[in-house]
Formats: sequence, structure tokens, C-alpha cells
Amino acid sequence: MLSVLIGLVVVLLIVTLVQVLRVSELLSEIVNQDANEVTDRDNNTQGHLFLLIIFVFLGFVIWQMIKWNHFILPPASSEHGMSIDNLMAFTMNLILVTFFILTPLLFFFAYKYRGKKQNRAYYFTHNNKLEIIWTVVPSIVLTAVIIYGLRTWSNVMSPDVSDSMLVEVYAKQFDWTARYSGSDNTLGNANYKLVKGSNALGLDTQDKNSQDDIIVKELHFPVNRSVLLKFRSQDVIHSAFLPHFRVQMNCVPGMTTQFAFTPNKTTSEMRQTEGEEFEYILLCNKICGAAHFNMQMKIIIESEEEYNEWIKQQKTFKSLVLK
Amino acid sequence: MAEHHHKETFITKYIFSQDHKMIAKQFLITGMLMAVIGMIMSALFRLQLANPGEAYPILEMLLGKWAPGGVLDPSMYLALVTMHGTILVFWVLTAGLTGTFANFLIPLQVGARDMASGFLNMLSYWFFFLATVVLVTSLFVETGPASSGWTIYPPLSALPQAIPGSGTGMTLWLISIALFIVGSLLGGLNYIVTVLNLRTKGMSMKRLPLTIWALLITAILGVLSFPVLLSAALLLIFDRSFGTSFYLSDIIINGEVLHHTGGSPILFEHLFWFLGHPEVYIILLPALGIVSEVIAVNSRKPIFGYKAMVGALIAIAFLSFIVWGHHMFITGMNPFLGSVFTFTTLLIAIPSAIKVFNYIATLWRGNIRFTPAMLFAIAMVSTFITGGLTGLILGDSALNINIHDTYFVVGHFHIVMGLSAIYGMFAGVYHWFPKMYGKMMNKQFGYLHFWGTFICAYGVFFPMHFLGLAGLPRRYYTNSSFPMFDGLTDINEVITFFALAGAVVQVIFLFNFFYSIFKGTKATQNPWKSNTLEWTAPIERMHGNWPGEIPTVKRWAYDYSKPGAEDDFIPQTVPLKEGEIEH
Repeated sequence: MLSVLIGLVVVLLIVTLVQVLRVSELLSEIVNQDANEVTDRDNNTQGHLFLLIIFVFLGFVIWQMIKWNHFILPPASSEHGMSIDNLMAFTMNLILVTFFILTPLLFFFAYKYRGKKQNRAYYFTHNNKLEIIWTVVPSIVLTAVIIYGLRTWSNVMSPDVSDSMLVEVYAKQFDWTARYSGSDNTLGNANYKLVKGSNALGLDTQDKNSQDDIIVKELHFPVNRSVLLKFRSQDVIHSAFLPHFRVQMNCVPGMTTQFAFTPNKTTSEMRQTEGEEFEYILLCNKICGAAHFNMQMKIIIESEEEYNEWIKQQKTFKSLVLK
Repeated sequence: MAEHHHKETFITKYIFSQDHKMIAKQFLITGMLMAVIGMIMSALFRLQLANPGEAYPILEMLLGKWAPGGVLDPSMYLALVTMHGTILVFWVLTAGLTGTFANFLIPLQVGARDMASGFLNMLSYWFFFLATVVLVTSLFVETGPASSGWTIYPPLSALPQAIPGSGTGMTLWLISIALFIVGSLLGGLNYIVTVLNLRTKGMSMKRLPLTIWALLITAILGVLSFPVLLSAALLLIFDRSFGTSFYLSDIIINGEVLHHTGGSPILFEHLFWFLGHPEVYIILLPALGIVSEVIAVNSRKPIFGYKAMVGALIAIAFLSFIVWGHHMFITGMNPFLGSVFTFTTLLIAIPSAIKVFNYIATLWRGNIRFTPAMLFAIAMVSTFITGGLTGLILGDSALNINIHDTYFVVGHFHIVMGLSAIYGMFAGVYHWFPKMYGKMMNKQFGYLHFWGTFICAYGVFFPMHFLGLAGLPRRYYTNSSFPMFDGLTDINEVITFFALAGAVVQVIFLFNFFYSIFKGTKATQNPWKSNTLEWTAPIERMHGNWPGEIPTVKRWAYDYSKPGAEDDFIPQTVPLKEGEIEH
């Protein structure tokens, strides 16, 4: 039924279009003018539409910025994330200013210089001075952007990890598993060929370092303590995305990747500003299969004491598998 | 050579034609057909995104078992996204855009009777056609079409156990893309040779219209980068079918330990993006070339800073080869490499800025005639500004960490690459339609089509930046699995509304296009009062382009409103007057 209706609408639409075209062509024959010649009147109408679209388009942009601002992620909950946020604010302001200058300028020129038959354009082929200005100015601005960006990047990517708590995040279709390195802060060896039954991460049972490793399905971190995350994947590429901390790293089968960060706001602190329901989350951000959209793990940032309390209750690999 | 008296049968004229103009039309029509398919796919998945889990009878009608009860299946969602990307990037904006305008314009604008090799040119279309047949066939296979994203990263694309679309669907995808690349290489070589060797007397490189410069550089990019994708695809075929381990290592899937060892999926990403990034400019540069021409003609002014425009094209093309790593900042590659790629990526902003300023300067004190082509050309400058600016955020490695693979990226590339290129394509079709078919397209429908498209397109893609800044990943079947994304359905509804409206608006264009071919008013020989050589050729299509001698070129293509001349345009064939300086 629906398809018949849709078909009917399409047919009617086409018939209407044909009729409108016929009428417009007949009309132009009557006034003896080529229907498709662009007239001064067309130029005037289209020019004014460009003037109007400045306000419509920029109004739409501003409306979105006001209406949807609250959707944007809250300020970073990690130390390096705050420097990323600063760089973001700087770059965003720069591009917004440029956008709000160039867009109206383009459309205003379209309006201002709408043509008339008797007018003639100004023959202006090039101007070295102008061109040098608009090559040099963007170059200088970009130099600033590049230097600021690269400094932030190298700080983010090379933190001191000598005291970091070592945690592994392990990805497979379609869930996450975490492994804490335990009291020795060393992850035991693992090999994908050993994955079997309750040994879901393929730990080497002979390796001493793996005995105190703790395998969990939820991440807990003490606030203000540096964490070094190591990532592995069992099947396809996944990407561990922790948006609130400005952390993201791909999990690639066959290799280990890493990212270090220091969370600096507890979950309960965040709940005060973001609402009682707030949870930190780790989600998959690389297409990985049918249930990609639902591959997540909860993260809880808490005080040192709360964290110690939690980790104490977790079973070590030794007690879990070796019994 | 001046006289060409081939006997043309229906088959040699319309099907296995070696005439560049007919081949251009074949590319255009095939591209338009694929564009419609790609657009319908996007409409289908937009329905799902605005109302996750809602049942639409039309989905079940179209997709059968992939939409049980009218609810889109998550695997099919990914398949639609994948095929939408593949079709739009390769079929519409590469073959549809370049195939049409390089074929149509190069011989006509440089003053050649045809392409250097008409036969290879014909082959180039038929390889493309075969690729199209294989790709469309893949939509109907039992396990569904390829569904690992248009970037087909292994292992997902290599393992049928990981996603059903990586079975037969992926095999066909790879065969199809291999055929596509062969076709595109044959075309590209032809374009380069024709521009370099078959220019008419007087057509020095300094007098080439910017369209030809852009198409030439595009062809060079394609010839240098597409073979890399071909080899990447071949290695993937080996991994999938012959048990090699180029991209695969240490994998357990469905509890089965695979034998692959020693390969790296990251290698594939490097190979893919070594094509993938130049590909962005293979899509964009022809649009920039078309827009340069359309803006100059309709502003009745010379394009501002011709040399700088050529220089900027070359600079962008060169840089495009050394920026591919910016797609891979978070793959775990060495942070120092990330720095290098950030540096080279942000440099592209300089030639891009030059182009934008030069376009705006061309409009300044012009006598603008708003043909539908001109409207699209101005809109293209707007999308190039809007989308280009967000590139400053994405290209900055530190900022990329948190918006990588989110909707911010989707918004960015759809505006700067998708919209810009499609606007360039529309501008080209409206502008050269009289030359292609000897008829005029209807102006009022053109205006309606333009404003509908312009408003809907920004309505679709601008809001996506906010989804991205909220942290929403792309390629999510639904955002309802995460409480933090709950409110975003509001934005998705706005996007879907504009997407569906924008799709309907395209009916106006399709109607106008086909109606005008048969019933349009007759075009005059030079309807836009343009300087370039194609308008000196007769309206009636003929193999060989000009009945007598090929015209000789005496000046550059941009003498519009030159002081001292009676008309506001001086065709390239008009000799310089005594004492007249070229420009």
C-alpha cells in the first residue's frame, strides 16, 4: 500500500514538473524571450537570496551553537586532556573567526556585484602585493598553530611513565576485558595461542609475573595517579576511546599499543556537575562488526582508599585459574 | 587528418564509442545512476539513525531478510554505510566527475580532435562499466555486500567469520575495485598524454584554462597513487584466499586460532591511505578546476591570480602525497611521525587559503551573472571554506585524539570533499550541458534545485560537528546503547529530516536533466559568452570536434571585460591587437 502511495506521489510530482515547465516555456514564447537566458531580474533575485542566506546560514550556525552546546563533552578529566582542551579552544576560536569573516564576505560579494546588462566588470588579473599578503598572513598564523599543536602533541605522547600504574585493556568482538598488573606492577606474559576457557587473555601460567595479575570487566582508577594503558586485540582492529579523558588508541591484533594519562576528577565529582547518572566510559571507536555500537566498559575514578578497597576484593589470576 | 568520415553505426556511436564526448556522457550517466543508488542507501540508514529500532515497511520491501519486520539489521547498516562510501568516493566523485569532465573537456579545451588513444579511452569506460556490474552484483549475494567500511581495514575485511559481508561480498568488492583501478589508469594516462602532446598551436601551458590544469594534475595524482591501492587490494586477496599473512597476525576468531603470523594490519592502512589521501584531491581538484572556470566566465572577469592558482594546485597535489599518516595518528605509530604528518597536513591550509582568497577576489567588482552553474560554484567556495577550516582541527594530531572517527570527521569530509566535489560536478553539468546535448537546461528548476540542495546539505552536515564534539563515534548502528548519547537523537532527527528533503530535491535535477536532453530549448553555440575553445566547435556532435582546421590559440582563456574591447569577452582564437599586452 505504502509503495503504491509513494509511486503515485512520484508520478504526480513528475506530471506537475512537466506542466510547470510547459507553462514557463509557453509564457516566455509569448513575451518572445529565451526562457533560459539569465536576466537582470534573475541576477537581482539571486543576489538578494545570497544576502538573505548570510543571515539564514549564520543564524542556523549560531542557533546550533546555543541549542546544542550542552551536548559537547565536559572539560577534560585528565591532566593532558586539559592541555588538549586549551589547544582546541584556541584552534576553534581561530576557525570560527575566520568562518564568520569569510562566509559573509563571499556571499556579500555575490550580492553586491550581481550583474546588470549595461555594467562591465573590472579587469583585474592579479596583484602581487595582495597575493603576498594573503600568502604570508595565513603562513604566520599556521606557524603558530603548528608550533602550539606539536608542543601539545609531544607533551601528551611522552609523559613520564616510570611510576605509572600498569593496566592492560584487551579487546575482542564485542567486549572489553582489563588486566591489572597486581602488586608487582608487571604484566605477566601472554600469548594468543594460550587463550582457552577461563584463561580468556591467554596468560602464561608458568610466568611468575602473571600470578598476581587481576582480570576484571570494569576499570577503576585512583584519582591523580598516572596510568599506563597497554592495548591488545584478539581478532580485528578495535579502538579504545575514553572521550572524557581525551584518550584514544587503536587495539591491533599482533601488536601492543599504549597510552598514558592521569585522571584528575572522580566519578562522584563529575556527578555533581553532570548529573547523578554520569559514568565514565570506554567505548569502541573502530568499526569491528555487527555489535560495534555496543562495545563498552565502565570506568570509575575514585579516591586512593576506595580504589584499594576495590582491588583487594578482586581475585588474582592465580586464585582464578591455578586454584 | 582534418576530415573524419567514419561510418557510425548505433553500436559504435552510442555503445562502443571511441569519441571522447560520448565516453564522457557514458561516465556521466553511469555516475548519476550510481549516485542515485548511493543516495538511496544513505536515506535508508538515516531513517535508522533518527529513529533507532523503528519499523519501516519500506525497508523490508527493499532489503528483505536484512530488515526483518522493517527494522534494519546491524550488519546491513554497516553494509549500507560501506557501499554508500565506496560508491560516492570512487564511482561518483572519481569516475563520475573526472571521467565525465576530463573526457569531455580535455580535447575540446586544448584543441584536439580526440584523446591520444580513443581505443584505450573506450576501454577505460568499459573496465569501469564491468567494475560497476560487479559492485552492483555484490549487493545481492547471500551474505550481503562488503561491510567493513569503505576503508576495508583488515582483519575485519579479511575474515568472513568477523562479519558476514567479508565473505563473497568482499571478494566481489575487491575484484570490482581492481577493475575500477585499471579503468581509471587507462583514462589517466590518456588525459596526461593528451594535455601534454595534443594541444593546438598557440595553446602553451601558460594559456591552459584552469580546468585543464586541474584535470591534468588530478590524472597525475591518480596514476601515481591508484597502483598502490591495487597492490594493497591484491595482497588482501592473497591473505583472504591463499593463506598468506601480509596483514594478519595472532588472531583468534570464534574460538578458532588462525595460522596467520607476522603480518600487520597497519601495513594495509599505510598502503590504503597512500592512495586514500591523494584520492581526496583526485576528487576535489577537478571540482576546483570547474569552479575556477565557471566563476571567471560568470563574473565576467579574469580568474584572479592565474599563476598563483596553478601554483596552489601543484602545491596541494605535492603535499597530498606526504600527509597520509594523518589518518593514522592513533594507530600507535611513532609520535615523531605524527609530528611530521601534522606539519605537512597543516601546510595544505596555505595553498587552500590562496585559492579561497583568489575566488573571492574574482567576485570582487565583477558583473556576476547567476546561472545555476554559478550558484553551485559560489556554494562550492563556501563548502571549501567551512570544511577546510575544520581540517585545521582534525589535522592537528593532539586534537585528533579525541575526535578521530567521530561524527566530526564525517561532517568535515562530507562538506569539504563530498559537497565541494558534488557542487563542482553540478556546476560542470549545468555549465557544459549546452555543449554536451545542444540544449539548455531549465533555469528556474536549476535555481530551485540549487537552493534546496544548498540548504539541505548544510542542514545535514553542519550538525554532525556537534555529534562529534559530543564524542559520538561514526559507524554506530544506534547511539542508544550509551546513556551519555541519549539526547543526541534530537540532532539525528534534524539531520535525517534534511537528508530526506535533500534527496527529494535531487529529483528536480534528474527531471531537468533528462527532460532537457529531449525537450530542452535549443542552445546557441556560445550561450555563456565564454572564451575557451570548446565553444568554437559546432553544436552538432561530430567525431573530430571541428569540421575544418583546429582553431589556433592567440591568447589566454580569461580575457573577460578587457578594457578597449567591444564585447566583455574575447575568445582565445582572437589575435592580440597591435600593442595589446596579453595580460
